[in-house]
Amino acid sequence: MAAVSGLVRRPLREVSGLLKRRFHWTAPTALQVTVRDAINQGMDEELERDEKVFLLGEEVAQYDGAYKVSRGLWKKYGDKRIIDTPISEMGFAGIAVGAAMAGLRPICEFMTFNFSMQAIDQVINSAAKTYYMSGGLQPVPIVFRGPNGASAGVAAQHSQCFAAWYGHCPGLKVVSPWNSEDAKGLIKSAIRDNNPVVVLENELMYGVPFEFPPEAQSKDFLIPIGKAKIERQGTHITVVSHSRPVGHCLEAAAVLSKEGVECEVINMRTIRPMDMETIEASVMKTNHLVTVEGGWPQFGVGAEICARIMEGGLWENVPGFMSEGYRDKNDFKPEVTAEVGKWRISVCDKHSSEEDFWRATSEIPEGGETSAEGFWN
Amino acid sequence: MAVAIAAARVWRPNRGLSQAALLLLWRPGARGLARSHPHRQQQQFSSLDDKPQFPGASAEFIDKLEFIQPNVISGIPIYRVMDRQGQIINPSEDPHLPKEKVLKLYKSMTLLNTMDRILYESQRQGRISFYMTNYGEEGTHVGSAAALDNTDLVFGQYREAGVLMYRDYPLELFMAQCYGNISDLGKGRQMPVHYGCKERHFVTISSPLATQIPQAVGAAYAAKRANANRVVICYFGEGAASEGDAHAGFNFAATLECPIIFFCRNNGYAISTPTSEQYRGDGIAARGPGYGIMSIRVDGNDVFAVYNATREARRRAVAENQPFLIEAMTYRIGHHSTSDDSSAYRSVDEVNYWDKQDHPISRLRHYLLSQGWWDEEQEKAWRKQSRKKVRAPRPGGRRQGPAWEAGCLPTAPCPHR
Repeated sequence: MAAVSGLVRRPLREVSGLLKRRFHWTAPTALQVTVRDAINQGMDEELERDEKVFLLGEEVAQYDGAYKVSRGLWKKYGDKRIIDTPISEMGFAGIAVGAAMAGLRPICEFMTFNFSMQAIDQVINSAAKTYYMSGGLQPVPIVFRGPNGASAGVAAQHSQCFAAWYGHCPGLKVVSPWNSEDAKGLIKSAIRDNNPVVVLENELMYGVPFEFPPEAQSKDFLIPIGKAKIERQGTHITVVSHSRPVGHCLEAAAVLSKEGVECEVINMRTIRPMDMETIEASVMKTNHLVTVEGGWPQFGVGAEICARIMEGGLWENVPGFMSEGYRDKNDFKPEVTAEVGKWRISVCDKHSSEEDFWRATSEIPEGGETSAEGFWN
Repeated sequence: MAVAIAAARVWRPNRGLSQAALLLLWRPGARGLARSHPHRQQQQFSSLDDKPQFPGASAEFIDKLEFIQPNVISGIPIYRVMDRQGQIINPSEDPHLPKEKVLKLYKSMTLLNTMDRILYESQRQGRISFYMTNYGEEGTHVGSAAALDNTDLVFGQYREAGVLMYRDYPLELFMAQCYGNISDLGKGRQMPVHYGCKERHFVTISSPLATQIPQAVGAAYAAKRANANRVVICYFGEGAASEGDAHAGFNFAATLECPIIFFCRNNGYAISTPTSEQYRGDGIAARGPGYGIMSIRVDGNDVFAVYNATREARRRAVAENQPFLIEAMTYRIGHHSTSDDSSAYRSVDEVNYWDKQDHPISRLRHYLLSQGWWDEEQEKAWRKQSRKKVRAPRPGGRRQGPAWEAGCLPTAPCPHR
């Protein structure tokens, strides 16, 4: 052992010279990591970095997680940081929200998001709305995570996609990773974010390995929430998706490419706040759009994207378009849009109130320095 | 003040205005004035010996500061009729069930056990997607099912297949539901073990835990309103009893005075979570009195104890319109499901103890043997026969596809158009 550590302490160039002559040196970039391990790594690193972070949920401790996502964490961090709860989603979500209000940074795991419906009052009314309703005094830095969407043959009560449900609510950030890189970067950003963040994973993706680029192997690798990624450049059609269907889109793109159709595949990564700039820029380039998702079509993520494309600023760039038929984003007049029955109507000036809202939350100092301020001070 | 109270008491809407006028004109006499005097009023109350008047509780005062200590060292005792060797302990508690009924209990339990083994293997072979066995808890199912009327409504959680077995649910339909093939009345829309049968009054199993508890209470309320002479039995595990729905269900059953039997299968584990992490009180039975519910704890591996408790609970629930809580102590010998490997969180020795020393099937078999109603020959023959029954060829062969393959389209139109 002493000899080996002595070797490591020597200057690297000496060592690499030695090694070049003796060993076949494989570059570290071709690392394959499953989505499960990426989430595990992300949580492990954040648990290590900040003592206030802890994980609670059913079966997360000694059992290593119902889907083994929290494997090894209880062994490493113990009962104080990895907590098995009794069976009550409403109960432990409420406990997590309370802990977040008091200054901790919980990760609340739902066995699947279908069971989060038992706790949805805590997620929406207590976590999402509190920062706003307290006038900016009480942040709730909590992460709700778990598998979302369809699995294999688990019937309707285990297969619902909640992207549209949670994506509807101001006060929540909602992310939906596809591959390992997404999973690790987004869970780390979610934990470090001072807002309640819903992380919608996918059970069927847990075991899928992806290549892990070198930057993703860093302990400070973060993916910004609210930014989509163009997985594949294309010119003929924009295909927008999130979570597991991104893989299907890429497969479809490969097939279409042989027929001469080049798809631009966008991985949304974040459902809320949605990265419309990337999608709009792509649609301006391709003039065609298909949205692909695992959720139901009515009032869904794709419906929202299409609505925003139809009513959004893109049309300013279309010469000769009839201006009385669309809502100008910049000077919103409720009485005008009331006449335009076929366009989507909102009661309030959605954009500016959302911008104000997010501006407020970004004033909290980063790095988890939020104190236990709130109702008790 | 006394005048106002008096007026309020005698005022009736259907009295004429003249009566009202008389009341207003009524002047308190000497005694009336005295009655309304504050000191007089205090004297009146003091004649009740300074008892508490709070609407929220009916209790005496105490002047010593004392917290009630939850008693978990010697909890609510466990009612049993047979010992572990199947011998009746107290003859007055023997239900004296006729031979055919006891044989039916035994054959239901063993047939369930056989079906469990075969379907568990089926999942391991990739023939079905998922399965949950009932090993060790067969006594809780058939003991309670035997005590009910066939029309009593059953709300289960997912580990109560023995109730359906006792009610003669055809094996083909058990299998069809697990395979999700064309014979499945549920059209293959549910995961395996999510059985349901309208004719046998067994409400279809729903995955989210404890949601059946308030639903069962509502059904019991409906039965009461209909004067149906019918009880509802609601099964759940000790883990599901932690859900908020359980609290709401218990409270409503008591306040609405519903003829319902809450049957808790306390089998020691909720997936890997042991009872020591699920609750700190004295199990589920101790919660009943907190809600005003008649409660009992029974040995769930003793079929006769389960039978007696359920029978009496049923009789009284219907007669008195009140809920009953039965906590049947048992042990989950199998894994939580085919997605679980319980060796990760419990020792094989522990499992073997329950399998070998305290199993509902063997205890009843000892009883049958001691009565002379069963012997080794019949046991061997029945084992073979039950395997044959489970493995019997189905109409259409084993390889029946799902409903949509056979050209059966879902009946509802496309929902989002």
